[in-house]
Formats: sequence, structure tokens, C-alpha cells
Amino acid sequence: MLKRSTIDLWVGIFVAIGIASIAFLSLKVANLTPQSADKTYEIYADFDNIGGLKVKAPVKSSGVLVGRVSAIALDTKRFVAHVTLTMDGQFEFSRDTSAEILTSGLLGEQYIGLTQGGDPENLKKGDTITLTSSALVLEQLIGKFMTSFAEKGASGGHTDASAAN
Amino acid sequence: MLDFLFAPLRKLGHMTINAIWRLGYISRFLVALLAASGQSVRRFSLVIREVYFAGVLSLIIIVVSGLFVGMVLGLQGYNTLARFGSSDALGAMVALALLRELGPVLAALLFASRSGSAMTAEIGLMKATEQLDAMNMMAVNPLARVIAPRFWAGVISMPVLAALFNVMGIFGGYLVGVVMIGIDEGTYWSQTRNAVDLHYDIVNGLVKSLFFGIAVTLIAVFEGHEATPTAAGVSAATTRTVVTSALVILALDFILTAFMF
Repeated sequence: MLKRSTIDLWVGIFVAIGIASIAFLSLKVANLTPQSADKTYEIYADFDNIGGLKVKAPVKSSGVLVGRVSAIALDTKRFVAHVTLTMDGQFEFSRDTSAEILTSGLLGEQYIGLTQGGDPENLKKGDTITLTSSALVLEQLIGKFMTSFAEKGASGGHTDASAAN
Repeated sequence: MLDFLFAPLRKLGHMTINAIWRLGYISRFLVALLAASGQSVRRFSLVIREVYFAGVLSLIIIVVSGLFVGMVLGLQGYNTLARFGSSDALGAMVALALLRELGPVLAALLFASRSGSAMTAEIGLMKATEQLDAMNMMAVNPLARVIAPRFWAGVISMPVLAALFNVMGIFGGYLVGVVMIGIDEGTYWSQTRNAVDLHYDIVNGLVKSLFFGIAVTLIAVFEGHEATPTAAGVSAATTRTVVTSALVILALDFILTAFMF
């Protein structure tokens, strides 16, 4: 039979391993970014179409992570998507900053890309970005391509027909 | 006259009633167990002893299995992902598969067969040799002295083992992906960290393992307590523990996943 103190020691090691594992998972594996609440600010952006944008999607400027999407809602008066961006407090952007929805890679997730403007005044908490461009929706893109292709084909046919006449 | 017709129906009815009866009985057992748990809190050294036997002695099997599961996930995942030219996402795939499903489920299955069966056999043998009755004679409640500490030890050990399984699995995936195959280390970790969410993936996985811990240990101590007090009875009870635990873990996993994700 094992001594009481030996058992206590082993169980202590066991529980310590458990706590270390959970700490490792939370800090190293999860994106537990040490962003305290007082160092972030919220701004808004309205988009005609957000495509596949999701809550927690990254907000990037020149590819650098500067914030995250914290809420997406539908503005029922104007019928546009009202997106809330929680920005890292150490980054400031001018008031005429433009926002566009981009896709990382061909099939990657969608994120918001910010492009700095020239206005000397910066966006403050609660401001709304007005210069926005919507997500590229593949179906619409293909649809446009098809119509322009068909138009070109039809006009080509006409010229052929007139030439024959 | 119509006995050939009624006999199967009667058997079906008997099986249904028996199943419901067992379910009700195990629920009452759980309530009695929780009511008798006061002593395990007051004499916590009893629980610590059982954590040693159920948890600490399971470390080897959990560490080795976790490592190999992670390495196999790394190899198979790489082969499939490379076909789509996205082998960079290997870290995310390994980590998510482990944290959400494989870690809690496999750790619980291993725990059921390593520690659950041992608990059943121990308690069943105590019953067969009339030790539990002897305790009752001495006015010691066996539910409080023998069963409850084992139950709480299992509930405590399970999340710890699952977390360790996850860590070893992710390390195994790292070994294969980065050290063996040669995916860039920075890409591997950044992909993993981008995909894994603290609350959504890690906490949900640990909650799952907590539920599995409750289910597995409850089944183990229940089967031991209700074993037929013979050698054959203890053997049958041990088998039932492993089989029932495995089925309950997988069914519970489906239900929890449907609610969580």
C-alpha cells in the first residue's frame, strides 16, 4: 500500500498537469488575444451585401489585424447590413477611411479590409464608415459575365447577318 | 393458442419495462449518491486516494494514445489536405478535430475501459465478499464511504485526462506536420490559433468531458453496486460497464454536439 504523502504528491502532479494542459490550450492553441475592453473602440460600417462575412471575422489594414467584427445586423429602414467593428485602441484611422469585404485566398474566409484616407481627423468611437464596397458574390459575377458575353455574342451575330445580306 | 404470436411481444414488453426500470433505478442511485456525498467533501483524502487510482494511473495510456492519435491525424490529414493544396490548414484541422470530438470521446472511452471497469470489479468484489454488508453492520454507509469518493474522483479526473489527451494529440500533429513533413512552424501555429476559439471549442470540449466523466463513473459504480455477488456476476458487471459506457459516451456525444455546435 502506498503512503498517504506519496498519493498526495502524485495527485498534485496530476492536477497540475491538467491545469497546465488547459492553460496551454487556452493561451497557445486558442486565439485568446489579450485585448482588454478599455483599449478597444467600436465603429460601424454599412454594406449593401456582406456575402459570407461572419461575426469574429478579422478586420485588417494592409493585411495587419487591427480589429474584429463583433456584430452583424440588418438595418430594417434602409435594408443594408449594419456591421459593428471592434477596433484595437492603438490603431486610429482617418474619417474618410474606406472599408471593403475581401476574401483571403480563393476559397478562404472573408474579412474586412480598411484603406486609410487623407482626412486629418480620425474616426472616433461610434462613427460610421461611409465609403464601403460590398462583397463579391460569385453568382452575380458569373451572371454579369454571362450577360455581357451574350450581348457580345448577339451583336457579333448581327454583324455576321448584315455582312451576309 | 396464439402463444407463438404473443411470446415475442411479451419479450419486447419485458425488455422495455426492464430498460425503463433500470433507468429509473440508476437515477435514484444517483440521487442517493449525491445525498451521501457530504462525507467525500469532509474527508477529501478519500477522494484524493481514488483520483490516484482512477486518474494518475491512467496517465500513461492517455499520453501514449493521445500522441499516436495526433500523429495519425497529422499523417492522414496531410495526405487529404495536400490533394487540395491546403496543407497549411493541417494545424487547424488536427486541433479542431481533437478539441471538439476526438479528445473528449477517446479519453472517455479509454477511461471507461481502464478505470471504469476497475471500479466495477472492485466494488462488485467487495459486494461478493460481503464487505459492503459488513460496513452496513458497523453503521458505515457504503454509499458514502466507498461509492461516492470513487464517483467524485472520476468526475474530477475525466476533464484533466481529456485536456491532457488534447495537448498530446496537438503535439503529435505538430511532430508529424512540422518536424516530419516540414510544414512551416509559424504557419502551423497561426492557422491553429486562427481557427480555435476559447469558448466555442475548448470550453465546450471540456464541458463534454465533464458530462462523460459523470456518465462513465456513474455507470461503473452502479454496475459494481448492483452486481450479482458471484464470480460470474462480477465478470458480467465489468463487461456491462465497458459496453454501456461506450454506447452512452457515443450517444451523449451526439446529443451534446447537436446542442453545442
